[in-house]
This record gives sequence, structure tokens and C-alpha cells, in this order.
Amino acid sequence: MSRSGKSVLVFLEMKNLEIGRISWEAMAAGHSLAEILGLPVDLALVASSGNPIFGHIHGKLPRTVYAIDNTLLHNYTADGFTAAYAQLIERVKPAYVVFPHTYQVRDFAPALATRFGQVLIGDVTGIEANPDGAPRFTRQLLQGKLNANYRHSGAGPCFLSVQAGAFRPDQTDPSGHGETMLEAFPPSLDAAKIRVRPGAPFRPSARTVDLGSAQILVSVGRGIKEEANIAIVQELATSLGAELAASRPICDAGWLPMERQVGSSGQTVAPKVYMAIGISGAIQHLVGMKASQCIVAINKDENAPIFEVADYGIVGDLFEVVPALTAAIRKAKG
Amino acid sequence: MKIIVAIKQVPERDARIRIDSVGKWIDLADVEFAMNESDAYALEEALQLKEAHGGEVIVLSAGPERVGKTIREALAKGADRAIHIASESEDELAQYDALGVAQLLARAIEDEIVPEPDFLILTGLQSDDLGLGQTGVIVAELLGLPHASLILKVEPTGSGTVRVLRELEDGWFQYLELHTPAVLTIQSGNSKLRYATLMGIKKAKTKPVKVISIADLMSEDLGKSPAWRPAAPVVVLEQVKLPTKQRTTQMLSGTPAEAAAKLVEKLQFEVRAL
Repeated sequence: MSRSGKSVLVFLEMKNLEIGRISWEAMAAGHSLAEILGLPVDLALVASSGNPIFGHIHGKLPRTVYAIDNTLLHNYTADGFTAAYAQLIERVKPAYVVFPHTYQVRDFAPALATRFGQVLIGDVTGIEANPDGAPRFTRQLLQGKLNANYRHSGAGPCFLSVQAGAFRPDQTDPSGHGETMLEAFPPSLDAAKIRVRPGAPFRPSARTVDLGSAQILVSVGRGIKEEANIAIVQELATSLGAELAASRPICDAGWLPMERQVGSSGQTVAPKVYMAIGISGAIQHLVGMKASQCIVAINKDENAPIFEVADYGIVGDLFEVVPALTAAIRKAKG
Repeated sequence: MKIIVAIKQVPERDARIRIDSVGKWIDLADVEFAMNESDAYALEEALQLKEAHGGEVIVLSAGPERVGKTIREALAKGADRAIHIASESEDELAQYDALGVAQLLARAIEDEIVPEPDFLILTGLQSDDLGLGQTGVIVAELLGLPHASLILKVEPTGSGTVRVLRELEDGWFQYLELHTPAVLTIQSGNSKLRYATLMGIKKAKTKPVKVISIADLMSEDLGKSPAWRPAAPVVVLEQVKLPTKQRTTQMLSGTPAEAAAKLVEKLQFEVRAL
């Protein structure tokens, strides 16, 4: 396989003046891909080259860090980012382009790949070498019930985005000082070609519950079937002194407020115990809770993906198991 | 308004997962299919826009004959007509990657695209089966239209733009104003999905469905834009596998009371959480 590109280019994302954990994970994924291929890693970030954030690049060091700077990028738009990133890719000519799989990346990366006649391999959870040396990418199908291996064919750059929590951020290599070059890259952008006017981000109301500080979370999903049934899970939560949480469908249905939602569109939590009741464990939910110290799953489907991350599992009818558990906890607590 | 809604028929959530004989997808025998969830919300948004502002809703779907059932469901809920890109077999569409499928969709709606400010293309955020979450965004790029994803609310402004509510991460939101025509990918959950009425089901039987085969779509004389002609896929699915466990799970068996008692013991003495 011949590739014109000579590097793995990782785009980091800055939010609230910080580079989020998922960006460092994408960088780690970029480094492990680069090791398979024997290629150097370059980084890129939208920020002016004088930004102190560039003093905080950590992990294994890249070859070059590109500071993409243009006032039209100060507020994210798909049009602006697609145009700017395309110009940098044309300039650097990487073999691989790696993104963190954030909502922002999902908004523009498919269009960016299309501009190069390519297809983004999105939400990647694993990168390994095939016997022929070419990388193999794993992503999940059917809400996490199936894994699929993908390969990139053709000569153009290969675009991928990596799922939150799938790669461990690298430790800084103490021997690698002084090798990285910081280079300003000012893309040429035309305000008239930005067809979207973004408003300021807002949060509808201040949160009244902080799921992040709870020791135990009891979380309920589709398996509960009806709003009236939430009461049995509430009772279990009360018996444990736990906060009640939920997967997205429960909050979408209005059965519990949005602020109790765990997952990619809700809160990310890592309590001491996370009890998933009637939650199948779609990827969007798992990314919000899989770092919990102990995960308990109660589900009628023994093949539910939630059991892949659970420490303890009970396969059964939650309408029988949950009341029995509440009773057993009350008894144990005296 | 004129609104095209792209919907996908996917295996039902509870479908039994068995890998097929070639190891590239699941065995579809005995699998029931349903309208993809976020596409159902896209359809709902389109129907509400039509009710508020008038116009027509056109459903677009690709897949084998079975997809006709989901198309009729959309027509029964209130869509006016449909375009069905018909594949000859279960495998025919799987030969295209996300770009190839988007190119087929673009070709199929080429004659429907009008440069009017009240023209929109809606689709769900992502499919529940392949979960690519890209089709709408790629179609926008191919058609040269602006787009926005993860949209919960759509309000036409009446002055050549549309105001949309976009979901961000961690409970944040944002309003955007886009030039129209535009492509919007809709997030689940903002409104209550309607059911088809008996009258709707009856009417759906007489609503027009234009069926185009993939072979016809690919024939030279049809598509005017060579950029929309699918080439060999650049991303290839090699193999599917059942996931491997990320943690060792202790399965607690017995009657509900027995399993509950075992769990309490673990929580007390192993996890020390009680």
C-alpha cells in the first residue's frame, strides 16, 4: 500500500480554554497508530500561537504543533472549521487524520472527509495492526451489541475519530524535550462562505442535583417500561442512600428531569457503585459511566452490552429483582 | 415548506444478535424491523413544520422491499409522498460506504431540490444499526448546502434563514441561524412522536411512492453530477464479532430473593459500599 502522507495528524479540541481529556486520548490513539506505521505525529489546535495552552501539551511529544489562527474560528462553525482544517491537511498531507469523537467533530468531520473523497471512520474503540501491517479499526454497531473491524483502502488520507474512554492518555516522555516545533498556521477564510451564525452556548437552568458527587447511583433505563414504575427504583435508591439517575430515553420521555441523565449528552459520572437497572448499555450511555469503580447490572437480556462492563450482574425481571433487592438492603442495614 | 426526510429502516432494538455465515453482519432471519428512532423524530419535526407553515413532506428511504413497510408508516403519519431507493438484495447497499450511500441519496433527490428558502432536508442524527451519524452531513456537503447536527428545534424565520436549537455536550445548548435551503440532522427526544390514525393508514395506501432501483440510479443518463457517482468504497467492513468483556462479571443467579441477597453480600463485604 502506498501512501503519499508522511505523518499522523491529530486535531485537538479546546473547550472553555482547556484541552479536554478526550483530546489527550485521541493523541494517544494517534501515537499508537503512528507506532504501527512508523510515522511521526503532528498536532493541530485552533488557537493563536501565543496562547499559553501550547505550554501545556503533554504526553508523548509530537513533531510539530500547528496553531490554527483566524478570527473567523473564534466561534465554532462547521463551514469555518471544515475550510480551515482542509487547508492544513492540504499543506501537511498526512496519511492519517485523527479526531476526538466529540459533538463538534461529529458536526463537521464527515463533511471534511467528503471534501477529500474520503469517509470518516467514526467512534473508533480500537486500533491494531492487520497481518499485512495495515491498521485495523474497531467500532461498535447495533448500540454496542456488535464490534466491527474496518479497513481503509485507497491512497487518500484516512480520517478517524476515537471514542471517549477507549484510549489511555500517554505519560509525558521525559527524554523528549526540545524536539517539538510550534508553527502558526493562518488559514485564509471568507466570512461570506460561513453560512451559519452561531449563538452563545447556554445551560437552561442551574443543576439542582450533582450526580458527580454521589457515592452510589441507581440508574434506570427503558426496561422500566412506564413512568409509574420509576417508584420501585426510587425506593431502591432511597434504601441505599443513593441518587437516582437515568439513561436518555427516560429523560426524553420526561419521566425524570434531564439533569439526571448519564451519558454522552448528559453527565459523566464515576461513583463508587453504579447500579444500572433495565439499561441495555448503548455506547452513548457507557461513555458516561464506565469509569465507575463498581458496576452492577440488572437486565432481562443476558446479552445486553451493559454486562460487558459490569462487575456484578443479575439476569432477571427487574420488577421482581428490584423489590427483592430493596428488601435485602433494608434488612442488611437493620 | 418543502421538506425531504431521509429515514432508515433498522433491526428492532430487541432483535436477537447472531452473526451471519460470512461474518459481516447479523443473520436477518426472524429479525423484525422498525423506523430508526432519530429518523422518527426527524419525521415528526417535518410534520409539525408542515402543520404550522403548510407545504409538503417527502420521505426518502433506501433498502430492499421490506423498507416499503416503514415508508407506508411514514405516509400514514402524514408524509405526502415517498421515494424508495430499492436494493435488489439485503447485500446490495452494504457494498457502499457512507459516502456511496449519501451519493445515491443525492442522486435520488436531485430533481426535487429547489433553491427556495423554505426547502429543508431533515434526517435523524444517526442510525441505531451502523451508528455512523454521518449521512446527513455528507449529503449537505455533496449538495453544497449548509448543515447543522444534533438539532432539537427548527423555526423558520421567514427571511431566508432557519433558527435551530442544537444540543451540545454536558447539558449545554446553542441556537444557530442557518441560510436555507439547509440540511438538519435531528436528535431524539424533543417532541412526542405521533401514532398513525386509522384514517392515516387508509390514506397512505393511495399516496405515491416512487421506486427507483440502484441500477437505474447509477445509469449514466440520470445523474448530472459526476461527483455524486459512488466509486469503490474507501472504508470497508471486514468482519463483525461479538464484543469481548471489558471486566470480569460475576453473575449472581437464583431466585430474585437469592440473587438480591448475594448482591447485598458483595456490596457489603467486597465493595464495602453499604
